Amino acid sequence: MLNYKANELLRFTTAGSVDDGKSTLIGRLLYDSKAIFEDQLESVKKTSESRGFDYLDLSLFTDGLRAEREQSITIDVAYRYFATPKRKFIIADTPGHIQYTRNMVTGASTANLAIILVDARHGVVEQTCRHSLIASLLKINHIVICVNKMDLVDYSQEVYDKIVSDYKTFASKLEVRDIHFLPISALKGDNVVERSENMDWYEGSTLLYLLENVHIGSDNNHIDCRFPVQYVIRPQSDDHHDYRGYAGRIASGVFKPGDEVCVLPSGFSSRIKSIDTFDGKIDEAFAPMSVTITLEDEIDISRGDMIVRVHNQPKTGQDIEVIICWLNSKPLNQNTKYLLMHTTKDVKAIIKEINYKIDINTLHRLEEDKDIGMNDIARIRLRTTLPLFYDSYSKNRNTGSLILIDEGTKETVAAGMII
Amino acid sequence: METYNLNYIKELEAESIFIIREVAAQFQRPALLFSGGKDSIIMTHLARKAFYPAKIPFPLIHIDTGHNFEETLIYRDNLVKEINVNIIVGLVQESIDSGKATEEKGFNASRNLLQTVTLLDTLEEHKIDAAMGGARRDEEKARAKERFFSHRDEFGQWDPKNQRPELWNLLNGKKNPGEHFRVFPISNWTEMDVWQYLHMEKIELPSLYFTHERLCIRRNGTLLAHSDYLNLRDTEKPEMLQVRFRTIGDMTCTGAVLSTANTVEEIISEVAATRQTERGTREDDKRSDSAMEDRKKEGYF
Repeated sequence: MLNYKANELLRFTTAGSVDDGKSTLIGRLLYDSKAIFEDQLESVKKTSESRGFDYLDLSLFTDGLRAEREQSITIDVAYRYFATPKRKFIIADTPGHIQYTRNMVTGASTANLAIILVDARHGVVEQTCRHSLIASLLKINHIVICVNKMDLVDYSQEVYDKIVSDYKTFASKLEVRDIHFLPISALKGDNVVERSENMDWYEGSTLLYLLENVHIGSDNNHIDCRFPVQYVIRPQSDDHHDYRGYAGRIASGVFKPGDEVCVLPSGFSSRIKSIDTFDGKIDEAFAPMSVTITLEDEIDISRGDMIVRVHNQPKTGQDIEVIICWLNSKPLNQNTKYLLMHTTKDVKAIIKEINYKIDINTLHRLEEDKDIGMNDIARIRLRTTLPLFYDSYSKNRNTGSLILIDEGTKETVAAGMII
Repeated sequence: METYNLNYIKELEAESIFIIREVAAQFQRPALLFSGGKDSIIMTHLARKAFYPAKIPFPLIHIDTGHNFEETLIYRDNLVKEINVNIIVGLVQESIDSGKATEEKGFNASRNLLQTVTLLDTLEEHKIDAAMGGARRDEEKARAKERFFSHRDEFGQWDPKNQRPELWNLLNGKKNPGEHFRVFPISNWTEMDVWQYLHMEKIELPSLYFTHERLCIRRNGTLLAHSDYLNLRDTEKPEMLQVRFRTIGDMTCTGAVLSTANTVEEIISEVAATRQTERGTREDDKRSDSAMEDRKKEGYF
């Protein structure tokens, strides 16, 4: 039986250009960690044979919808799951074609770690830089560069070393805390789950070992106390006549009963009376727990308000500087209002200024180019109808992120990271 | 320094509670689709946790094919009474009687597909704008691409090519008149997680999940429960077998597995050792490789 009490959850995303072997790598992880069932295996065996392969095409395990098979493309982010006795893993599998930026940003937004695949025969290419930049922009703490298809370069250390050195030169421009390098062959299984017998010169760990052991405990912010109120619980029953609880998920920090807190936007202060859950009252609550907080004093609080510590407050304001990634085929329109969602708050916003667009391959600022369309990344200034309570995205993913929504179609059109 | 780590089951629970609360906050008339299966039982449990000490602020909806296992109905009625929640029952028989749905014929006849008609009608009748379900992404490849908040057009259909990107914890439930949402709060759970959680929380389950003796028919490699709703071929003879069910649905398409597992712990060991996906016992998925994708586009749950 799995020891679920000790297990942690690691969310990671995979990036690579078409044909870098991304699907094969995921298939290999699932297959070698025994997350593949017999009926799935049978179906993949049949398809591999019918296509004339003399090996098992592992990429078929992540084969998606009929609509995709017909066009031989992957439409969208797909989520895969596997577990080892140490950790449970959620993979956000993002396709590597035209809508790449949009999909990778989506997959990266919840990831602790990004695997970026590099084809050993081609080395660091434009796509590698683009994927790394997105990972750095989304503040993914750990990046793993997998130099894949080592079998096709005779498992050469020289080839590998050159790629590592090229990548390091490029990555010096990025803000990433933790970068790892691995020589692998997803197709043959070298250094994925099992150690390779073909690369004696490599002394590091396998990919799975790295995924199981990379330290993610400090990825959540446990310093700045932020509790966006999601829902007000008022049972109005005989047993709980005067009960008024503020339900939500801790965005960051640690809350305890007795803490002196302040409620935004009203600014009223009070103390935490209790932190309630269905399983009883608890002594402390931290991200990403879902709890219900009650206060000593009766204050008018509703969804979208935020409970914080008196001496550690977020920024409050209506003029917000943001890096956005545009996600919709309808381009940004400066003459219209957008709906904006930030924590549990809904406001309207207009785009006051487009500062510059970022060339995703070179990191250059394009000051003259103000046309923002699908997959573009830009720095803009927003003006909101009501103040937001926010932190910079680099300090706090939960209170530093926002989305823009088209008022007509109601589609999510942009992802924003507050500067 | 103290460490603040949630184990993964608690993290999944916190995520699901967050999503359920988000539904209650963002929608006017949400509902929880309840089938009597373990996933919808967990959903109901999570909903209780989300609003405690208040009761669940939305109704359950059960789409009743008329071909239910009796145990499911008993369980449902007890649960509803215990947690004091409203329940809406949509009857497939009514859709058939009113001519909106046509009963399938032949040996493999099932009311599984017809449920979609009844479901969409029930949602419309009660003006439900967000229907929560216990579907998981690990179940099936069409479900691997689902969002937590899955947008449906005015015909209740799913367009896999036009889904809203879902970033961070920001769930966009905005919609135009006539549109609605399907919401899947336990998307990130696997079958194993579900069993671990049932064990951890000591949640009571319908007896069908545990081993029992039952008259079964062998058909296309699946064991189907013998019942009046099944048309037998001449060659098919009911046999008494020691079985349990891994999923619970309509009697005509839910397959049993040979098993002697009598407790949740024994089931966990069995699931850990098993080499078949749980939907491998579902006849409804075997109709074609894209059976689930096709049904989802039409508005199936």
